[in-house]
Amino acid sequence: MSVEILHWSLLAAQFLLALAMLAATYRMIIGPRAQDRILALDALYVVALLLLVTLGIRTNSQVYFELAMLIGLLGFVGTVALAKFLLRGEVIE
Amino acid sequence: MIADLPLWLSIVVSVFVVLGALLTMAGCFGLVRLPNFYLRIHAPTMGTSMGGGLILLASALYFTITRDRLVLHEMVIFFFVTITTPVTLMLLARASLFRDRVEGNDGVPKRPTPTPETDA
Repeated sequence: MSVEILHWSLLAAQFLLALAMLAATYRMIIGPRAQDRILALDALYVVALLLLVTLGIRTNSQVYFELAMLIGLLGFVGTVALAKFLLRGEVIE
Repeated sequence: MIADLPLWLSIVVSVFVVLGALLTMAGCFGLVRLPNFYLRIHAPTMGTSMGGGLILLASALYFTITRDRLVLHEMVIFFFVTITTPVTLMLLARASLFRDRVEGNDGVPKRPTPTPETDA
C-alpha cells in the first residue's frame, strides 16, 4: 500500500519536473536574447538536480545525491561564467 | 524501494515531493509566459527555493527513516543552491541591464548621473 502511494506520487512528480524541463528548454530555444537563454539554462540545471533527487528516492540509493551535488556546483560556475561573459566580453581577464 | 515502508512516511514524502514538483513546474511555466526578461528572472526562483527545499526535505526524511540514522546530505545541496542562486541571478540581471543601456533600449532605468564634486 505505502509503496504504491510512493511509487505513483514519485511518478507524478517526475512527470511535472519533466514538464518544467520542457518549458525551460522552450525558453532556451526561442528566448529572444542571450540572457534569456542563460536564465533558462540555469533553471534547467536546477530542475535536473531535483529530478535526480526524486530518482534517488525511487531507487532507494544515495548515489544520485552525489550526482545532484555535482550538478549544483557546475551549474553555479557555468551561470556565473556566462553572466560574466555578457557583462565584460571575457570570462577570465 | 523497500517493502516495509511506514504509511505515514510514504504519505508525507509523497505530499512534499508532489508539492515541490508543482512549484518548480509553476516557476518554469512563468519562465515561458512572462513578457520580459526582468519579470522572467523572478520566476525560476520558486523552483530553487520552495520547490527544491520541499523535494530535498522529503529525500532527507525518507533516507533518515529507512536507514535508521540521521541523513542530512540533502540540506547541503539546499543551502548551496539557496546561497548561489541570488548571486548568479543578480550578476545576470546586472549584465542584462548593462547590455540594455549600451544598446539604448527603452524600459530600463537610466544610468544615475554622477553627483558633482563639492570641493572643486
